[in-house]
Amino acid sequence: MSVLWPAVRFTVNGEVREVHAPPMKRLLDVLREELKLTGAKEGCGEGECGSCSVRMNGELVNSCLIPVLQAEGAEIQTVEGLAANGKLHPIQEAFLQCGGAQCGICTPGMLMATAQLLAANPHPNLAEIREGLAGNLCRCTGFIRIFESVVVAATRDSASATDEGAHDAR
Amino acid sequence: MRGNAELHDLIAPGNLTAVLDLLAAEPGKWTPIAGGTELMVAFSAGRLNAPRLVSLWGIRDLRFIERREDSIAIGAGTTFLDLRKNAAIASELRLLARAASWIGSVANQSRATLGGNLVNGSPAADSSPALLAYDAEVEMISLRGRRRTLYAEFHTGYKRNVLAPDELLYAIHVPLRFARYRQYLRKVGTRRAMAIAKVALGATAMLEEEVVREIRLGAASLAPYPVRLRRTEAALIGRKPSRETADAAREVLLAEVKPIDDIRSTEPYRRRVAANLLEEFLLGLQREGRGA
Repeated sequence: MSVLWPAVRFTVNGEVREVHAPPMKRLLDVLREELKLTGAKEGCGEGECGSCSVRMNGELVNSCLIPVLQAEGAEIQTVEGLAANGKLHPIQEAFLQCGGAQCGICTPGMLMATAQLLAANPHPNLAEIREGLAGNLCRCTGFIRIFESVVVAATRDSASATDEGAHDAR
Repeated sequence: MRGNAELHDLIAPGNLTAVLDLLAAEPGKWTPIAGGTELMVAFSAGRLNAPRLVSLWGIRDLRFIERREDSIAIGAGTTFLDLRKNAAIASELRLLARAASWIGSVANQSRATLGGNLVNGSPAADSSPALLAYDAEVEMISLRGRRRTLYAEFHTGYKRNVLAPDELLYAIHVPLRFARYRQYLRKVGTRRAMAIAKVALGATAMLEEEVVREIRLGAASLAPYPVRLRRTEAALIGRKPSRETADAAREVLLAEVKPIDDIRSTEPYRRRVAANLLEEFLLGLQREGRGA
């Protein structure tokens, strides 16, 4: 971190943070390197794989494609913001129960894409689940269990809990 | 080589006038960046040739959808998610709504903008075939004023367009007069999400007494930039959609298109698929004609 760079302020998981970073530094790198939030992963670095997915101002975004300056003033939720008070989020519980995580690299992105989907559509059908998660690739190819996890998360009435931890602006 | 953030400057003046001031003061020195879904990919790969960037993200004057009397005006900074959520777009510009659903994935649609898609100028741009079929106009803005041109005349070559160095794409105006036209849009790619089009064709047509009176064909990946297939269109005017008409139109199309040959597909494959899409549209018109 260098004070030579201008300050960028935003909220991460409900907490106001200020970083000094080159304005073109990717939000993903700021989260991981400056804020030590290493849940979001870099898979492809070009917006194709979704392993860096976070929620920003109520939308799902690829944090590898966002210059940190464009996050000024934003409300950001990372996978670290899902669990609350030492208790896993229902979406996380569902992924655990259904075997929705294998090697785990894609999992934070899958969880955030699921949180985004259920926030807008608490009871998605399979086609809607597939579309909501279409930008998130699992190289273990465990998609069926991932989709099942989303179904279970939705039936657990986790929709109401989804936005509890979201700290959305909207 | 990874991109190095320290080698690029990025500023966010926050309003349209300030951005236009900057572009006028130092034309060609600043690269506008909206949602970043294109430029940040280049940045990450270390091939972003833009030392100074100016952010358009969050500028309200560029992000709007306005239903007017005979058109819908769409701000260049409107995201594809904005387009998908808009009731007027869904009901009155259904080809554009469908194209918006093709863009990448949810996380790309929340950031990628219609203006960015056009200014980037990929030959495979998802929104282009629909906008060409709808005879859309683009409006550009600079401190010198505003001007409009047909979108079909916006691209001038591979990743080249008519924007002056001090200009921004401001809005896209899509006429609503095609509501009763037959409409068609199909993209052929490797998978539904994320995949860039191998070929896409958009079309609108109006028939009178069973013959084609008006037709517009917008194509992606069939030339170095998105184009209207004007020779194929001309060959179809006054013709009755039929198997014979489709066969003849295929030949004209095959002579007209110059598909790109790249990592995603080959030129012969693209030619054949393009002809198949045109045939599908024309035979659909024929069926519709019979049913009417």
